Amino acid sequence: MSSDETVVDRMGAADAVPGSAKPDPILVVDGVRRSFGGLTAVDVEHLEVQRGTITALIGPNGAGKSTLFNLLTGFDRADRGRWSFDGRQIGGRSGHQVARAGMVRTFQLTKALTRMSVLDNMLLGAQGQLGERLAGAFLRPMWKSQEKENTARALELLERFKLIDKRDEIAGALSGGQRKLLEMARALMTDPSTIMLDEPMAGVNPALVQSLLGHITSLRDEGKTVLFVEHDMDVIMGISDWIVVLAQGQVIAEGRPSDIRSNQQVIDAYLGAREEDGDE
Amino acid sequence: MDILSILAESMRSALGPVAAIYALAAIGLNLHFGYTGLLNFGQVGFMLVGAYGVGISVAVFDLPLAVGFGVGLLCALVLALLLGIPTLRLREDYLAITTIAAAEVIRLVYRSGFAEPLTGGVYGLQNLAGDFRALNPIPPGTYGVGMLSYNASHLWVMVTTWGLVLLMAGLTWMLTHSPWGRVIKGIREDEDAARSLGKNVFAYKMQALVLGGLIGALAGCMMAVYQAAIQADQFKPQVTFFLWVILLLGGAGRVFGPVLGSMIFWFLMSFTDGVLRGLGNLGLLPFLDGPDYGAIQLAFAGLMLVLLIVFRPQGIIGDRKEMLINVK
Repeated sequence: MSSDETVVDRMGAADAVPGSAKPDPILVVDGVRRSFGGLTAVDVEHLEVQRGTITALIGPNGAGKSTLFNLLTGFDRADRGRWSFDGRQIGGRSGHQVARAGMVRTFQLTKALTRMSVLDNMLLGAQGQLGERLAGAFLRPMWKSQEKENTARALELLERFKLIDKRDEIAGALSGGQRKLLEMARALMTDPSTIMLDEPMAGVNPALVQSLLGHITSLRDEGKTVLFVEHDMDVIMGISDWIVVLAQGQVIAEGRPSDIRSNQQVIDAYLGAREEDGDE
Repeated sequence: MDILSILAESMRSALGPVAAIYALAAIGLNLHFGYTGLLNFGQVGFMLVGAYGVGISVAVFDLPLAVGFGVGLLCALVLALLLGIPTLRLREDYLAITTIAAAEVIRLVYRSGFAEPLTGGVYGLQNLAGDFRALNPIPPGTYGVGMLSYNASHLWVMVTTWGLVLLMAGLTWMLTHSPWGRVIKGIREDEDAARSLGKNVFAYKMQALVLGGLIGALAGCMMAVYQAAIQADQFKPQVTFFLWVILLLGGAGRVFGPVLGSMIFWFLMSFTDGVLRGLGNLGLLPFLDGPDYGAIQLAFAGLMLVLLIVFRPQGIIGDRKEMLINVK
């Protein structure tokens, strides 16, 4: 089903210029800046992410992709700037508040909770659990039915991500690829509207890449917005609706895959970066 | 040297109130480290404020024992907040540094000259157990068999301390088998992951720190009641390290780990002491004086910790599979 999707254009009348306006942006970033000492890691003037699309964030090493990710998801503090998610200002909010607002992230280095069972990993993702309050913990009858519902939903997701047979194993016993799947499934347990994937394909064997790609496109088809950082150009060109190119902390280009492929600035940034790559 | 009487004496230690008090404090530490991953190297500080809460209320202000317990627990709450607010947002090592220093600072303040009107300074406080003994419902007499027999007053202490241990172990079980417990275990494994799933990591760490600290303070309160007298120098850092040995010996992150650990620890401590004394009496340790035995005993506790970490890092009732996986 993914073959005809690449033909569909979900971006409406968006122009392929840096900072272009989108018809229905879910994430709007304004003047975000973050420097480490003298180095400006991120300096984004304006960026909009279209709702219900797969947007890729690419750029040479050290371009500030992960830093921007951390800023947007509340895992780092911006020096200045504002950004809104789904119409609400979330700039300066902490990580857990951003997640509760519906924007959930994964990590470049997979963070499976190794000494907990796969099912417990999943259940941790469920939101609004009464039993997660200290007082509620003692009142089992109060959260028992909720726990049952969450477990059913977790098992459904595990089924979908082909981890159902592993549900009672500790997450530390999973392979690297399975951990990636678990992390994605766990993020979905939060029922997010936007999912931010930090290098979802890093360290995953080629066979699993296809299945991960399938999962990502099906997320979009369910109406979720996906923003992801990735290095593999084939992957990016294949599934993205929109591509944002960062170099030295700034958005130097954005557009549909076809626009980016022929963009001279992008080619320069990558080739140029390769020459100066010595210190990275 | 009568090995049977040494064994019986060791058994008395394993079942005695001191083992129960240490088990209680280790249950608090288990909540900190075993479940939440907080490195608290100052659990003795919580015991101290608990013990002095009882001591000062009862000996200085002549208040009822219950008020003493309340004051002790309140002091622990304040201490946990003071320790937690600045450090729990930082990396885990900062809590470790802060707690070890704070516990020692507290001891020095409580034993100092200027605090003497309240704390009794280096002399400590006495006559703390009147109310507690008056509450004893057990009729006078001797209970038990042979070497394991106790008088009514001793039995009363044992019943209450071990009762509290069971109560707190039950509380730990309930907490750790709830969604709340799942969150703190998630934080132990990776706090960024927990945060990315919408959990307020700081709040959970604070709750765990406070709860574990309160249980530590309860152990301190019971210490004051059991000994009927307290003295600041009983709360040296080595107490914290005993608690760590107990926790790791029994198995961190297991409900009964601290309980089992404390019984084994005090059995072995008493046993080495008995054996050393026995050998000394037989003239087999001519190079050691009586006071040296204590030092040897401490060295033995250290040795126990080393052997444990090398041969059984998961503790007596821990899961080796989990332990091996956690090597990052």
